[in-house]
Amino acid sequence: MSNEWNLAPAAESTSSAEIKERYELFINGEWQAPSDGNYFETISPASEESLAQVAAAGQKDVDRAFEAANAAFKPWSALPAAERGKYIYRIARMIQERSRELAVVESLDGGKPIRESRDIDVPLAAAHFFYYAGWADKLEYAFPQRDPKPLGVAAQIIPWNFPLLMAAWKIAPALACGNTVVLKPAETTPLTALKLAEIIKDAGLPPGVVNIITGAGETGAMMTAHKIPKKLAFTGSTDVGKMIYKAALQGNKKVTLELGGKAANIIFDDAPIEAAVEGIINGIYFNQGHVCCAGSRLFVQESVYDQVLMKLKRRMDQLVVGDPLDKNTDIGAINSKSQLQTIEEYLEVGRAEGSEIYQPECELPEIGYWCRPTLFTNVAQSNRIAQEEIFGPVLAIQTFRTIEEVIDKANNTPYGLSAGVWTDKGSKIFQLTKAMKAGVVWANTFNKFDPTSPFGGYKESGFGREGGIHGLSAYLDF
Amino acid sequence: MNSHELLGQLRVTPVDQMGVIDRIARIKSRSIKKEAKLSGLEKVLSMIDLTTLEGADTENKVRQLSYKAMHLHDGYDGLPTVAAICVYPTMIKVAKQTLAGSGVKVASVATYFPSGQADMDVKIAETRYAIEEGADEVDMVISRGKFLEGEYNYVLDEIIGINELCHAHDVRLKVILETGELGSLDEVRRASDIALLANPDFIKTSTGKISQAANMHVTLVMLQAIRDHFDRTGVQVGMKPAGGISDSKSALHYLRMVKEILGEEWLTNEWFRFGASRLANEVLMQIIKQETGSYQAAQYFSKD
Repeated sequence: MSNEWNLAPAAESTSSAEIKERYELFINGEWQAPSDGNYFETISPASEESLAQVAAAGQKDVDRAFEAANAAFKPWSALPAAERGKYIYRIARMIQERSRELAVVESLDGGKPIRESRDIDVPLAAAHFFYYAGWADKLEYAFPQRDPKPLGVAAQIIPWNFPLLMAAWKIAPALACGNTVVLKPAETTPLTALKLAEIIKDAGLPPGVVNIITGAGETGAMMTAHKIPKKLAFTGSTDVGKMIYKAALQGNKKVTLELGGKAANIIFDDAPIEAAVEGIINGIYFNQGHVCCAGSRLFVQESVYDQVLMKLKRRMDQLVVGDPLDKNTDIGAINSKSQLQTIEEYLEVGRAEGSEIYQPECELPEIGYWCRPTLFTNVAQSNRIAQEEIFGPVLAIQTFRTIEEVIDKANNTPYGLSAGVWTDKGSKIFQLTKAMKAGVVWANTFNKFDPTSPFGGYKESGFGREGGIHGLSAYLDF
Repeated sequence: MNSHELLGQLRVTPVDQMGVIDRIARIKSRSIKKEAKLSGLEKVLSMIDLTTLEGADTENKVRQLSYKAMHLHDGYDGLPTVAAICVYPTMIKVAKQTLAGSGVKVASVATYFPSGQADMDVKIAETRYAIEEGADEVDMVISRGKFLEGEYNYVLDEIIGINELCHAHDVRLKVILETGELGSLDEVRRASDIALLANPDFIKTSTGKISQAANMHVTLVMLQAIRDHFDRTGVQVGMKPAGGISDSKSALHYLRMVKEILGEEWLTNEWFRFGASRLANEVLMQIIKQETGSYQAAQYFSKD
């Protein structure tokens, strides 16, 4: 009997995922054709095949969406809060009922492995709706003596890395607080947000409370410049975030921005090394590294560096790269051709700067956008790959000697979204977490999310918090 | 090197329990289907140590079990035999006679199994008896009481003593840690590291005599210890989870774990075993299902 034992293909069935040929704009509870008659294609990054035609919203459509949201605001905010909660609970349950379909569509449209969309994205999206549904009639208790009031209409723009989950993060607290919303998913991944629109329609939400419009950056700019929204909520790149901040200042709007990151993941020599290696993997290769809080800068204490590097490489060799719909896939397709080019440019930059690259020798499919899990050693703080957000499965590894040194280096970045620390010593965890300028610090774990836990950044990673009670205050006027 | 010098090399390797739970969840999310399932199940069969360790064991019982070891399901061609029969020392002779020429090994427990509460001389004498009776493999227990007292030298000395005796007679040694009595994964790791210092042939989770037998968590920690030992010394040591593994799906998850932590070099019954009595029929049922497309009822599989 040979020792060889490989996994057989285990593709998730796509029969549950019904994708229409063409999607219109979801405005005022109805599917409306774009006034300019423009549509764009959304493709599967794994097969490069077109999945659907999607409406491109122009100025008139944006106007209609905000007017619908504005008209819906008064009756919606005047509803008894418990009734609002019921609608949100209904959305949560319907996401659970359609979870398989949503997971398949998410993986088709965005390229992420079905293991993640099934086990993380979709359940967490439902959890956010459940969580904020519970708050709807308890706002007085969340903010005693502060008389919380809804803001009005919120304009929400979300990225392509967690399309359904980010929609849930944005919509759930806004509705719980009595606001109405106009939401735009990213142009490369609009399908699950449109599926969510179907759910919202089926849930019987009053027309105009949630409007979901699709389009590229121009549509987003029309939204942020619009006079109706009282609140701008954005998750995405720091460059776009800066433009949105400007628009918010000019329009006197409340704003929350959740932007880029370049998180430090710090391994001390007394860490549980096996768990830490797994945490490094989860930190940077989760969702192809398309994660704003990804642990893309690894700091390893010098005395365990060789051991960690050996184990890390061995673990990388185990990762399965390929078909996002295969249940055994660990790393799926890069979200878009342009993102793949960006990542490949950074791989060249890393090589040119003299860093050493390591990639496992896994086979890649011929069609589609793929990048092997990558790590760079021989990296310094002054290297671009250690400074700039790559937003791909690329890890830059540095070593350190003392806790002071690593705190200094970890904070030496324009970003401040997240960080991770690995040590068996509790006191060291507290010393480090207090010193880190990062919105989230994970101790002996990484990339764990929960609706009760606030999430957000410092510095160029943005401001405002989503999740938890903090996430409510972003949608309330006091 | 004596045990003092060996223990001086021992490094404390912390284990994070949540990390272990996450890693296991990730391994269990692997989908093992079609040809991977069938070839995996056949591997599992070939890795089983078919076990009977009862006060009520008789020669006939051991004969019947030995026959089963060689003829798992004669209605189906091409099945492997199990790896070994695991019995008490007094049953070695009858097992050897029945299994003669079949390639199925005879493993015997020794060293005052299952408690290990005996003097070293008694343990050596029992091990020698097992070897003289013809055991191919010996499954010893460590002194958990001494381990929990912090008498690591004592524990290691015992393992070294039994290991030298076995290896002098070309008998392979499995060291049972009885992880259910050690209290935490950190202690499982420590016990594994101590046992590995002696370079035995296998480390093994459990006696099967207490309710907390093998699970994937302790097995993962032990596999990691084996991997680190191999990285440091180049000495390959096998692994045997025992007790509590009774369904084929779990068995495949164990195999996957071995492959991901140790690699394919360990995916043979020379280096990986399941200590189990009920698992064989469960696996057979699944193999027949894979081949014929329908489950057969339990009455079609022999119970020995």
